[in-house]
Amino acid sequence: MKALARIYIALIIFFLYAPVAVMIVFSFNSSSSVWVFEGFSLDWYTGLVSDTLMLNALEHTLIIAVMSAVISTVLGTAAAVGITAIRNKFSKKAIMSVTQIPMMNADIVTGISLMLLFIFIGKIIGLKESLGFFTVLIAHITFNLPYVILSVLPKLRQTNSNLREAALDLGCNPVQAFFKVIMPSISTGIITGFIMAFTLSLDDFVISYFTCGHYQTLPIIIYSMTKKSVKPDAYALSTIIFVAVFVLLILYNMIQTKNEKRKMPVRQV
Amino acid sequence: MNKKSFGSRLVAAPYIVWSAIFIIVPLILMIYFAFTDTDGGFTFANISEIGKYKTAFLISIVYAAAATVITLILAYPMAYFMTKLKISSQRMLMLIVMIPMWMNFLIRTYSWITILSNTGLINSFLGKLGIGPLKLMYNPGAVILGMVYDFIPYMILPIYSVMSKLDKSLLEAAEDLGSNAFTKFRRVIFPLTRPGIISGITMVFVPSVSTFYISQKLGGNKTMLIGDAIEYLFNLGPDYYNVASAISLLLMCIILVCLFIMNRFSDEDDGGVIV
Repeated sequence: MKALARIYIALIIFFLYAPVAVMIVFSFNSSSSVWVFEGFSLDWYTGLVSDTLMLNALEHTLIIAVMSAVISTVLGTAAAVGITAIRNKFSKKAIMSVTQIPMMNADIVTGISLMLLFIFIGKIIGLKESLGFFTVLIAHITFNLPYVILSVLPKLRQTNSNLREAALDLGCNPVQAFFKVIMPSISTGIITGFIMAFTLSLDDFVISYFTCGHYQTLPIIIYSMTKKSVKPDAYALSTIIFVAVFVLLILYNMIQTKNEKRKMPVRQV
Repeated sequence: MNKKSFGSRLVAAPYIVWSAIFIIVPLILMIYFAFTDTDGGFTFANISEIGKYKTAFLISIVYAAAATVITLILAYPMAYFMTKLKISSQRMLMLIVMIPMWMNFLIRTYSWITILSNTGLINSFLGKLGIGPLKLMYNPGAVILGMVYDFIPYMILPIYSVMSKLDKSLLEAAEDLGSNAFTKFRRVIFPLTRPGIISGITMVFVPSVSTFYISQKLGGNKTMLIGDAIEYLFNLGPDYYNVASAISLLLMCIILVCLFIMNRFSDEDDGGVIV
């Protein structure tokens, strides 16, 4: 039974990583073939560095990811605090249902509906190009928000509400009470929300595709690369992204393990 | 309510305004586009136009359903076996399963071309043995494989997370009461892991049924899924926004119906929460 379990797990991991391994190996190919490995070279990597289109896209991706993660973390944390304070069951349920929509809906529908809105507004105020930096940013904040809210809410529910009362009685104003008492106890939820928002934004293709206009992010560039003939440059770029994600996740895991040693929180998926 | 809690509620206001403008209004706009012509007049023409895309809808649903079933069959034992390992190995494995999830799905799909194409790795290996080349790409199997590959972590993780919280004493109780392995699975493990299964099914089915990249890369131009149809129409320009909106609306309704059915399943035993 033990052996069977190990073999099965190994097979699934092989299935998950075979294409990743293929990608990494061929990113070092000296020829432009993705079928025959002809020799080791870093040409595709050095090629990327001088590719201004690519560097621009990388810059766009990072700007959007950082800004949308920060804004959605602030808005989302505030929203979670507000939602917790709402006593009316009906309005609470209504807000939570709306919050679920971007998570549950197909990305393509979210992307298209936002695109329609942006084009519609653009027409009203007479813009020539309605899609661009601000529209991608708004789109990313919109799909990030639910993840932030849903990672902060459970932490707020676990927080003892008397703590806030005590802080207020001891002379804090509500803002101080939040930053001194509530914030430390929900910080893991906020960090989780931020990291989720950041990675989701970094990786998003479908929603960006419909809302970015000429403000192209990396996944959009990768998409146009794969539309043309298959070349190792896209593999090199993805290998870099893979390594970056790998490091980020290991770091995140280390933070979590450290936190869990302090206390065992319930894992949220 | 006292004044203090009014202040607390007020901080949700920016989000409520935001979600009204960027979640609710866009959906209303999509419905508006679906029922109007290019001049803004009310019409059912777009809805009847959907008939042309009947096969696309049908294929999408069949492929996505097949992909969902296969991922479930592959993921369930994986999740089960994972819970049998040491806690530290479990944590490591979870990370291993999650990492591809955070990689761009375009590239993950794209790498399969290197493996599957006529001059790809499998075929060049078979060629050395004197077999082939086999036609592994541009068929339904390749598209379903792409879906299974891209979305399997979304099935493994929720099932694993429910299974790892399973109360071991219940299993012992079942054994003590004379259950064999099969009964134990059917009466105890399966019902208790159902919320995870349902969450996994929705998380695999929704992106599969609405994908527009996997089919283009692995299915060639022959297979047009709903996602492809929507993308194609939107790229044709503003004249086609109305029809494309109508198709998107129907896609959203299909997803809503699926979510509703899934929710019913998990509501039977109050524990189930999707996501």
